[in-house]
Amino acid sequence: MSIDKSTVERIAELSKLKFEPSEQAEILNDMNRMLDFVEKLSEVDTEGVEPLIYLLDEKPSVRLDKVEQTTTQAEALKNAPDADTDYIKVPKVMKGR
Amino acid sequence: MEKESIYDKYEAVIGLEVHAQLMTESKMYCSDSTEFGLAPNTNVSPISLGHPGTLPTFNTRAMEFGVKIGLACGCSIRHENQFARKNYFYADLPKGYQITQDKTPICTGGHIMIKDDAGNPKKVGLTRIHMEEDSGKSNHDMDPFKTLIDLNRAGVPLLEIVSEPDLRTPQEAYNYLTEVRQLVRYLEICDGNMEEGSMRCDANVSVRLKGSKEFGQRTETKNLNSIRNVFRAISYEIKRQIDAIEAGETITQQTMNFDAVSGKTSVMRSKEMAHDYRYFPEPDLQAVYIEQGYIEDVRNMLPKLPAELIQKYTQELSLSTYDAELITEDKAIALYYEEIIKHTKNYKSAANWLMGSIKSYLNENAIIINQFPIKPEKIAGLIDLIDSGKINNSIGAQKVFPTMLSNPEQTAEEIAKTNNWIQDSDSSSIEGYIAAAISKYPEKVVAYKDGNKNLLGLFMGEVMKLSQGKADPKLTSQLLKTELEK
Repeated sequence: MSIDKSTVERIAELSKLKFEPSEQAEILNDMNRMLDFVEKLSEVDTEGVEPLIYLLDEKPSVRLDKVEQTTTQAEALKNAPDADTDYIKVPKVMKGR
Repeated sequence: MEKESIYDKYEAVIGLEVHAQLMTESKMYCSDSTEFGLAPNTNVSPISLGHPGTLPTFNTRAMEFGVKIGLACGCSIRHENQFARKNYFYADLPKGYQITQDKTPICTGGHIMIKDDAGNPKKVGLTRIHMEEDSGKSNHDMDPFKTLIDLNRAGVPLLEIVSEPDLRTPQEAYNYLTEVRQLVRYLEICDGNMEEGSMRCDANVSVRLKGSKEFGQRTETKNLNSIRNVFRAISYEIKRQIDAIEAGETITQQTMNFDAVSGKTSVMRSKEMAHDYRYFPEPDLQAVYIEQGYIEDVRNMLPKLPAELIQKYTQELSLSTYDAELITEDKAIALYYEEIIKHTKNYKSAANWLMGSIKSYLNENAIIINQFPIKPEKIAGLIDLIDSGKINNSIGAQKVFPTMLSNPEQTAEEIAKTNNWIQDSDSSSIEGYIAAAISKYPEKVVAYKDGNKNLLGLFMGEVMKLSQGKADPKLTSQLLKTELEK
């Protein structure tokens, strides 16, 4: 299985990322290598094998509806690349606003 | 008129997706508070902030709420509930994916009963109800150069209720949403407030020629923030699609935005720009298993729902459908009514008091029934006091009830006694008032005897005045007639 330029463009758009044409060629190459690597798995015959979703056979992680507030606003904002005293700031995501 | 006949050739096919924000204390996949109105980014944790290495934990209350609405709508409840990642990039979704249910929604099938445009009952099928989490909020207007993000809402539990495309008119959509809102409020799982965004609706609309079996291409209109606006947006969208088809255009798969000011929809995303959510099973959260015993426990906890109450009121208590619907419109009012009728058998009178004097008092004072000063059993006492003939209706409504409002601890009977309002049913004293009334208007007595029977009211009024409203009206009218017809 291999992907083409248009797939790379589509994925870039979904991820809201922009690339130069030279970078795009590189990414195309990398992504194809990743797919080839994973493709190796298809050599195994999985006919009749149930898909495995959870790696560990643990009980589901459930909890009662109780509030436990462990993080403060200051701590939360400290990790944001840009913030004021209340909000996390990100580049404009709506055009013309 | 010719224009109208064009629209009459078509029928609309409408399906609604409702997001109900759940009234849980904590979030869906972490223990952050869900409290509304706090300073931005205070209800957060490494999980809701989407930090790497964190793991979600599932809030079992959301499951309880999902089972509740599923049972109320006659859905089948899934035992094994898996979660899936819905991937999309947006700044108010810090993980880059929403944890939702894709192939295994908690509820499938079932229906909601609504009224069609003619007022007849109509069954609207449900496709599915699934559990998921809300996103944060983006603010695009506060800063000229940046978008500001508040993640307090990120991870708040939601139930998405998806209807079958069974709705045919904007009015049916309106009625459906009214039913859904009433249902989530009765179940106490969501406050149903669309203006504040705790209940949201997306509308899928297509049109087709009447009689056609095929569906037309549909559009999805998003972010409708009131039931009225859902009605307006659907009405506009139906007309827009018919106009386009009549002009020879083709409807394409589009996501529309509704502008409440202009009342118009406009294209937000075309098919080419449509999201590809790349769903896959959420490996970080094991499937949650709902035991049959748990489902039965929730079933036993279910409150009485409006449909059941309406049936009880019309069939067992002989109320009119109109009264029954009015009482059950608001759960708190219905609960108050239930309390009154525990203490009196005069169900009709209880309904009249509640929807008359009490409702007017609530409206005039802009309060809800829970803030109403008089306890239901005291209202029942007032009704029984009137029924026993100790006070008449007008004394009850104009004197005793207003006094009870300022003395809610006292019973109607205590108040009536203290104020000397107990009705006079003693015929000898009433005869005294009658004699006085008759001697006051001798010429009217003649007129009455000549056939002007309407004059009875004049004498009644006079007796009431003389007795300060305490004369038993039934007895007075009897005695008056006898006296006048002598």
